Amino acid sequence: MLYREAGQFKESYAADMAIFPIRQDRIGLAIILVAAFVGVPLAASDFVLAVVMVPLLIFALAAIGLNILTGYTGLLSLGTGGFMGVGAFACYKLTTAFPDLNIVVCILTSGVVASAVGAVFGLPSLRIKGFYLAVATLSAQFFLDWCFVRIPWLVNHNVSGAIEVPIRTLFGVAVTGPNASPQVRYLVILAIVTFLTWIASNLLHGRVGRSFMAVRDMDIAAELIGIKLYQTKLLAFAVSSYYCGVAGALMVFLWYGSAEPAVFGIDQSFLILFMVIIGCLGSLVGSFFGAALIYGLPIALRNGLGALGLQIPAATVEHLTLMTVGGLIVLFLIIEPHGLARLWQIGKQKLRVWPFPY
Amino acid sequence: MRAPSETAAGETLLAVEAVSLSFGGVKALTDVSFDIRRGEIRAIIGPNGAGKTSMLNVVNGFYHPNTGRITFKGTTRPKMRPHEAARGGIARTFQNVALFRGMTALDNIMAGRTLKMHRGFFWQLLRHGPAMAEEVEHRRKVEDIIDFLEIAHIRKVPVGRLPYGLQKRVELGRALAMEPELLLLDEPMAGMNLEEKEDMSRFIVDLNDQFGTSIALIEHDMGVVMDLSDRVVVLEYGHKIADGTPDEVKGDQKVIDAYLGVAH
Amino acid sequence: MNLLYAIFIDPFVQMGGAPDLLVQTLWEGLVAGVLYALIALGFVLIFKASGVFNFAQGIMVVFAALTLVGLHEKGVPAFLALAMTIAVMYGLAFAVERLMLRPLVNQPDIILFMATFGLTYFLIGLGELVFGGNPKVMIADALFLPKGAIEFKFAGGFVSLQKIDIAAAVIASIMVVALATFFQVTRIGRALRAVADSHKAALSVGISLEQIWVIVWFAAGVVALTTGIMWGARSEVSFSLQIVSLKALPVLILGGFTSIPGAIVGGLIIGIGEKIGEFYWGPLLGSGIESWLAYFIALVFLLFRPQGLFGEKIIERI
Repeated sequence: MLYREAGQFKESYAADMAIFPIRQDRIGLAIILVAAFVGVPLAASDFVLAVVMVPLLIFALAAIGLNILTGYTGLLSLGTGGFMGVGAFACYKLTTAFPDLNIVVCILTSGVVASAVGAVFGLPSLRIKGFYLAVATLSAQFFLDWCFVRIPWLVNHNVSGAIEVPIRTLFGVAVTGPNASPQVRYLVILAIVTFLTWIASNLLHGRVGRSFMAVRDMDIAAELIGIKLYQTKLLAFAVSSYYCGVAGALMVFLWYGSAEPAVFGIDQSFLILFMVIIGCLGSLVGSFFGAALIYGLPIALRNGLGALGLQIPAATVEHLTLMTVGGLIVLFLIIEPHGLARLWQIGKQKLRVWPFPY
Repeated sequence: MRAPSETAAGETLLAVEAVSLSFGGVKALTDVSFDIRRGEIRAIIGPNGAGKTSMLNVVNGFYHPNTGRITFKGTTRPKMRPHEAARGGIARTFQNVALFRGMTALDNIMAGRTLKMHRGFFWQLLRHGPAMAEEVEHRRKVEDIIDFLEIAHIRKVPVGRLPYGLQKRVELGRALAMEPELLLLDEPMAGMNLEEKEDMSRFIVDLNDQFGTSIALIEHDMGVVMDLSDRVVVLEYGHKIADGTPDEVKGDQKVIDAYLGVAH
Repeated sequence: MNLLYAIFIDPFVQMGGAPDLLVQTLWEGLVAGVLYALIALGFVLIFKASGVFNFAQGIMVVFAALTLVGLHEKGVPAFLALAMTIAVMYGLAFAVERLMLRPLVNQPDIILFMATFGLTYFLIGLGELVFGGNPKVMIADALFLPKGAIEFKFAGGFVSLQKIDIAAAVIASIMVVALATFFQVTRIGRALRAVADSHKAALSVGISLEQIWVIVWFAAGVVALTTGIMWGARSEVSFSLQIVSLKALPVLILGGFTSIPGAIVGGLIIGIGEKIGEFYWGPLLGSGIESWLAYFIALVFLLFRPQGLFGEKIIERI
């Protein structure tokens, strides 16, 4: 009886067009937000915060980025890792060039650089689509990889060739660097991810989002109702890369603490793509589910097998993870091409009409 | 047959002059000329493969004719992209429904309003204030269309799950949302049962009467064509073989031959 | 001016000045190109017959080579191991058809494409789990592959050709001819071409899609094994080959997804182009441009001829 919308009448189009039109959803969202901002930092151990929650949120943000491009606009990209890298390197250059600039501002601005680079590499999408575009984005990935390694200016000529994150504070509290506590890092990331998710949700529910989906579903018809394909596709690349760039900057500054260029390799691109596929192509909440599953699976496997008393070498666990992830992707594409988010929808629908089957 | 007096007086909205189109060696259209007057319903008929759909594709800029000129609203246009045609006021529907399958009926029709919405990208990010006001304003217009087409009950259903007849209606709704001056309908009644055809015919006549939209209509059902249209152009193998009022065309020997075959 | 000189004049002066180096570089490019072409060939087979953009083709190369070497390491004689590996590739083709293609039939192409990502990861995990993740040495001797090099004098210098590379080129040519003959002459080949043209039409004349798919995936598996042996003999067998095998993708763009001659010509262009580019223009940019040059060549090409060298012009219909 808890999940009922009977008696909730929408009296204006604005109410009907709200992102969460059902009251229980709004309450649920509020509870989740309170739990995430207050409950988790209080209850979770440093280990859980640093090793589970922080990466999960960062991956979710990157997955949202790729989802905007692949799930909403239908442009398959294998260059996510590269765009994340652009964000990370841009943030490093920014914060070392302007040490007094607020670190959050740096991170959010670095996304703009990634966005510009993304739009440039999105240019081929004007002529080509589908598999061809996927291959074209590989050129972005490999070219950017090469730049990260070969241009020492990007890491301020560090001998290590890696980004070494300096200490930055926010209101006097260390946010980056070795002294930043997991709680602080988690809260900063959570705030950024929540804000950007809200922005993405706004964008995707309006005119721009409809143009994206129109291009995805049938580009010819989209053009015939007056949508400019090149503008829309480039915008999708730019927005998507912004999210990936911010995720990359967060990854290096608030998670790894230092990063070699290899972090942003093709494997990273695949990982994010898998999160999007398993989560749900074209769903924001799915991006979170996908990130949780793909990132959480190895941790769960490792701990689960350990708990069963099986002593399995770490390498074997890694191989098993690869197999499981690969198998899961095929399985998901077969039984539920719309991913975890679709299961979530079905669950909610069932709950709405419970105890009746329809 | 509708009274010709109410529409025949309109000025010329679209003039197609001596248009030819070929793909590789295959000629789809040869030297076709006709015009559409403001406010009329103009049928394009002909056997399968006569080049009817190609004709519409040329009109809305999807194909570019090899030779010939197209004049719309008094301006003869050079090569035009489809989105420019849309901007100029040409909307269309497709033979095989071309809806955005992953989106709801409402979103499909809202997408048709894209050209009329002007709030910039950064307002879109907020979805409050002016951006929301604009959404609501257009939603109201879209709801009028939804009422007109009697599809209120399915507005939140993803169109991929709708039956064919309703999909065609949603597609018409999307075209109407553009408030076009010229509406190109490619077999709007294909695959429909009698009742659905009657509904669709009613919508077409109503929107022509109420909004004064000029319509170019491809249709195979001769009964429908004769009832709805003011003038008919007949194509066969990419050539125009007849042009006139339904009655004139009906009596034309070439048209009868094209449809029934000629004894050699 | 200096820059323009370095880009447009200097490399050609170098080429003219030392023709032996040029020939050597061309040869290196040719050999790399043959191997790219082989990977692309396996890919084209599958794409033609099932419309699946098989991202896992590169991994199948590594997986096949790894299985061969792994079996030999476990004490199986070389040629028995070869036979067993072929059997494994058949098993793989069968499993892929049963577990992946059949349940996904009629899904959009892009879904099948993504499913092959899943297959890629699954095969990496499986291969490493069974045979370990360490790089291995290809059992070239046990398979009686030639080694050493032929050196000859050329224009005042020496050019050296690895015998294994010559063998690779020869074997690749034989395989291409064999496949082409198979496609043209046999009953199965005809069925394959029918399926490539239209799935529905092929079904309606009584061709079993399932059977065809197993056959093409198996054929692609055998091509993968051959590629794996040749490539393994040149360097080593490890999953780092995966990155190299991705180079088959620009080859495909160049050659078109459905053309066997296209795969070969595309492979050679990419192979030679990137070696020449790396050798003569690489130093200008700080070298290492081989990692992305192939993609850029393909991309530039794509902008001018989206359908590939041998693909048919695509006419969009609505």
